[in-house]
Amino acid sequence: MRAYVLRRLLQAIPTLLGITVISFSLMRLSPGDPVDLLTFNPKMTRAARETLRHQLCLDRSIAEQYIVWMFGNDECDTKGIVRLDFGDSLYDKRPVLEMIAERIPATVELTGLALAVGMLIGVSAGIYSAVKHGSLFDNLTRVWAVIGQAVPVFWLGLILILVFAVQLGWLPVGGRYTLNLQSDKDFIDHLKHLVMPVFVLSTGWIAVLSRYMRTETLEVIRQDYIRAARAKGVPNQRVYFWHAARNALIPLVTILGPAIGGLLAGAVITETIFSWPGMGRMTIEAVFQRDYTLLMANVIIGSVLVVGGNLLSDILYVVVDPRIRLS
Amino acid sequence: MAQDDSGKSASSADVSAPWGEDLDMFLETTATPEPLSFGKIAVRHILRDRLTLIAMGILLTLILLSVLAGVISKEVLKVDPNSTDLLITFDPPSSEHWLGTDQLGRDQLSRLLFGGRISLAIGFSAAAVSMTIGISIGLIAGFFGRIVDDFIMWFINTLQSIPTLFLLLIIVALFSPTPFWFVVVLGLLGWMGTSRLVRGEVFSLRERDYVTAARALGASRLTLMLRHVLPNAIPIVIVITMIDVGSVILVESALSFLGLGVQPPTATWGNMLSNAQSYFHLGTHLVIFPGLLITITVLCLYLLGDGLRDALDPRLK
Repeated sequence: MRAYVLRRLLQAIPTLLGITVISFSLMRLSPGDPVDLLTFNPKMTRAARETLRHQLCLDRSIAEQYIVWMFGNDECDTKGIVRLDFGDSLYDKRPVLEMIAERIPATVELTGLALAVGMLIGVSAGIYSAVKHGSLFDNLTRVWAVIGQAVPVFWLGLILILVFAVQLGWLPVGGRYTLNLQSDKDFIDHLKHLVMPVFVLSTGWIAVLSRYMRTETLEVIRQDYIRAARAKGVPNQRVYFWHAARNALIPLVTILGPAIGGLLAGAVITETIFSWPGMGRMTIEAVFQRDYTLLMANVIIGSVLVVGGNLLSDILYVVVDPRIRLS
Repeated sequence: MAQDDSGKSASSADVSAPWGEDLDMFLETTATPEPLSFGKIAVRHILRDRLTLIAMGILLTLILLSVLAGVISKEVLKVDPNSTDLLITFDPPSSEHWLGTDQLGRDQLSRLLFGGRISLAIGFSAAAVSMTIGISIGLIAGFFGRIVDDFIMWFINTLQSIPTLFLLLIIVALFSPTPFWFVVVLGLLGWMGTSRLVRGEVFSLRERDYVTAARALGASRLTLMLRHVLPNAIPIVIVITMIDVGSVILVESALSFLGLGVQPPTATWGNMLSNAQSYFHLGTHLVIFPGLLITITVLCLYLLGDGLRDALDPRLK
């Protein structure tokens, strides 16, 4: 068990290195001189340019630059991204890490809620439609599972805004709070702002989960231990929700990890439609402002989350299911 | 799961079984059913699958309509997709403009047809690029194994760890690609799933007796790959490519919606929605139709993928 965890941890290292290599190469392949991007000053003298270049260690070889960028170097005034020094934003001239830290709470709130809602609805719908195999509910869930994956998130968002914000006026168009002095701590107001983004972000997730849980539950119901439980005279309800559902939930662990990264990517679009002040919208802003350092930091953080999520779900899978540990 | 010969198990489903399931399963491995080619079995299966047929029909109609966009606009609708008329902005659907007009008085239906041309073309060509790369790399990894395989798998794992949308955003920000390069980039970012599948398939196929027999006869590695292993992996690749086309259309429309994909005045379903977002209180029809077309197209592609999976992969029966 410990050996497995250790091996999995070691396997993540080359992947993480690969991610940084790809990000770094993309940065360096981009057209334009980094010094120009940093200063935006065409009148700068050649000597001043060279000094800056030297100070930032841009006169070293590409390999050295990568190592400096990764692990930091006092001469070059960077602690390296391993110590979370992503440099300064090209646009705001503030430390990137500080800017990201401001945006994290909003994103965590949105994606966390969407994940919770998605799991609650997706898992229960999946199990129920497997139990009522072939019923109207089952068919509706299956149709929804396919449609939910095909609907473009941004279109769904627009339609919701059109109906609930513009036509009916029940919900706000976007943002996290209503901008006035009192509403800062108004819980109901905050909830109203959350309804549509959470719904939109969880739609795809519900579709995937219900489909997945349905297949898994149908698979488990065919197992011998379910038949044995039935033979003992365990009531149907208990067979389904105690014996079957619990075991069907195990493989869920394997898709939860990768989902974290997926949610972050989904948040990019959802946050943009609903003007939600999180990391996703900041990423889009960074693209439009050509703020490469900020963009790169977001990408690296997003990828590290994916790697971490995968790692976590691989390890949890073994922890949760003793059958795998023993074989 | 894949021990029996694929042809037999697939066609045995056609034989009605008055003797009950157990005997039928017994017959499946012993009796020789009427010989049917793999293709015939697949076609038969699809012809009986109504949902897949409908999806295919809708998809073909959409493709046909967008290929003939020029003729239809000119002859049937009698409008030019790019001619503006500021007197009829945001007109709701009417007999003259079937799906209404946009903020510049352009006919929405004809723009949707031309936009569909771009969206579908990007979807299919990017998926073709990723299929080609996916197959080649998957075959190489599966056949050479060892270090080559380790390296390729490391690369695939790394690339799959970076959320695709993020990678696309960086590339768009850094290089502002033209539509051609946009397709190439979408293709370059979408091959990993196909590669994994093909690689897995090669691993299981190359241990089969018929491959060993071919090797004993002196077949070269290339012959083994292209003649004996690849044809068996093709069905599953087709399935995943159909689904890829759908995903590419979704990603392209999302990027165009964000204003980072195909740039106006060239219409795509995504950037038409991006336009509509700014005026949607004025013209509801501008929001509804482009999104509906994206949804229908992607839905049909996914359903078609599912249907093909059932028809082409006899092991799933």
